[in-house]
Amino acid sequence: MNENEAPSPQPSPAGGRGSDFRPRVLVTKIGLDGHDRGSRIVAAACRDAGMEVIYTPPWQSIPAVVKLTMEEDVDVVGISSLATDHLIVPKLMTALREAGLGNVRVVVGGIVPDNEEKLLIEAGVREVFHPGSTMDDITTRIRDYARESRRAAADAEVKT
Amino acid sequence: MNKPIDPTILTGATSPARERWERDYGADIGTDRAVENVSGIPIQPLYTADDRAASGNDDALGYPGQPDYTRGIYATMHRGRTWTQRQLVGLGTPADYNQRLLGLLDRGATAVSLIPCNSVYRGYDMDSVEPELLGTCGVVVNNADHMDRCLEGVDVGEISCAMNDPSPFTLLAFMLVAAERRGIDWKRISGTSNQSDYLSHYVANHMFYRLSLPGARRVLMDHIAWCRQHAPRWNPMSVVGQHTQQAGATPAEAMAFTLSAAVQNAEDCIARGMNPDEFLPRFTFFFDISLSFFEEIAKFRAGRRIWARLAKERLGAKSEKAGRFKFHAQTSGVDLTRQQPLNNIARVTAQAMAGIFGGLQSLHTDAYDEAYATPSEAGARIAVATQNILREEAHLTDVIDPLGGSFYVESLTDQMEDKIVTIMRTIDEAGGMYKAVESGLVQRMIGASAMRFQRKVEAGEQVVVGVNKYQAADDFANRPPVERPDAAAMRRHLDAFRDAKAARSSSAVAQALDGLTRAAETARGNVFGAVVDGARAGLTNEEICTRLRRDLGFGQPLVII
Repeated sequence: MNENEAPSPQPSPAGGRGSDFRPRVLVTKIGLDGHDRGSRIVAAACRDAGMEVIYTPPWQSIPAVVKLTMEEDVDVVGISSLATDHLIVPKLMTALREAGLGNVRVVVGGIVPDNEEKLLIEAGVREVFHPGSTMDDITTRIRDYARESRRAAADAEVKT
Repeated sequence: MNKPIDPTILTGATSPARERWERDYGADIGTDRAVENVSGIPIQPLYTADDRAASGNDDALGYPGQPDYTRGIYATMHRGRTWTQRQLVGLGTPADYNQRLLGLLDRGATAVSLIPCNSVYRGYDMDSVEPELLGTCGVVVNNADHMDRCLEGVDVGEISCAMNDPSPFTLLAFMLVAAERRGIDWKRISGTSNQSDYLSHYVANHMFYRLSLPGARRVLMDHIAWCRQHAPRWNPMSVVGQHTQQAGATPAEAMAFTLSAAVQNAEDCIARGMNPDEFLPRFTFFFDISLSFFEEIAKFRAGRRIWARLAKERLGAKSEKAGRFKFHAQTSGVDLTRQQPLNNIARVTAQAMAGIFGGLQSLHTDAYDEAYATPSEAGARIAVATQNILREEAHLTDVIDPLGGSFYVESLTDQMEDKIVTIMRTIDEAGGMYKAVESGLVQRMIGASAMRFQRKVEAGEQVVVGVNKYQAADDFANRPPVERPDAAAMRRHLDAFRDAKAARSSSAVAQALDGLTRAAETARGNVFGAVVDGARAGLTNEEICTRLRRDLGFGQPLVII
């Protein structure tokens, strides 16, 4: 699980473990809830998987998350939601786009009912991780999404 | 991982029968697997009378209702008075809450528990948060009128009410004002300030925000002193082990942190000149019950007797009542799975049984749908039925401490006790619980344990049915769409609240706010008394919290990963 381990023999186009690629990940909680066991574990797992992790206490406002995403040059924003705070994630998606951060990939982890997961995906959330997801799975996907995010940012730059 | 069974574990091998069993066991099992409980205690394949003798704890177990209370804090325990069936409820508007509450009481719940909306927990009113989040996790109660509506048709002079109500305890203040309006004497009010333990909030991060660490410490003392004088049947101190265990602490750690927090709070009370024989009988505890069945039973039995000794020896209480370890417990939501959610009913049943055998006084059973949604009414109904079945069909209340004397349970109780006491010593060496949370020591211990457990699950060492073993295709039919509070009703609730706020006399509001400041500014003032006065004058939750945050400092938890 560590970036310093021997490089993977098979190069993976979507961000294998052996590359020098170091995703920048913001792990945070927006809204009103403070249950942070999940966000702490995921943050530690991302760090152990060789990513740059920016971690905040819970209860961040949407503008605060947008600001941090911009200032820290974040590839992937991970929102942990255990108590319905995912309901304002669509607002976060809009705010990120309006700030010109449409390339940033957003993932949500925690308690999200099926019918509301659909709404989140429609709003642009890349993936929702449910209880029972393994850390290996989560970190692999976040790495993939970080690559996507950088490609999207590069494409956007070419266009402008 | 696998290792041959350690012959030294099998102590006292003297009898021929014993020797034969050891031979047969060794031959049959081949390479034995090492078994360890979550708290890190090695578990043997068999326990006998020799194990208890070997533990060195040969105190007689004694009788229920007598110190050290290993077998229970009352002479009759569940045979006389079964546990209080206390389901956490909170959803939507006060009218929604009231309807759900009356339904639960009809179906056998015997006490009230109120869980407020997270906005309330955070110290905000409904007009200053994202409207999407209102009432999704608890009832939106911002003033005394709202509380009155929540408890309409409930005799608060008779039924015990638990308020999930961190410092500065606005919900209790609202309830007292509602009772006063109905002409109910506060001396009759019973129940618990369910989350008054600011230390556990600070550590486990759930809802710590309202006041700074020293501010919360001060207000808790005011709260305990005020209740003793004005609402003597109210339990102002609920020491919480549930938060830390849900956040990842092992059962032994959770018990140790809770007892250390109780000692800290009790010593603070003593420093303030209060008498332990007077305030300790109003201390209660609140725990998590995980699926580690025997470990949980042993945790509760060990905790009970450690507390009895602490009350007497360390805190200097003289009355036996002061050492009674009264606790409410909630089945662990962390153990529930989103996959195959109906399996959660079986999990909750096993958890509840562990709590009952552990000698609890009050129980909340989780709804099976908690791992994917805020519990539905149907889910909550099954959770109540589970308690009714265990009590009245399975006859779990017929015999007091039915596992007492079990070689395994008694040995494990002894070993858990040793483990808990060792952890408490670490906390003491760090200067007590207040200092140990301020420095982050406790947070680091919990983080390490959470990670250890997660790794065990991912390695398959800890089986989770339907998650890392016995997986089945996802059955969406078992997860019906989640309904959120009715937006139109919430909008009306919000409009009415705005109108009511605007209709108040601004000078009366200013005066009530000044009352808070005056109480906070002087060591002799009682902040909680001022909160009650403010609630009576129509102050809202946010107004009270904002003013006290200004005067006593804003709370930020210490985050360590």
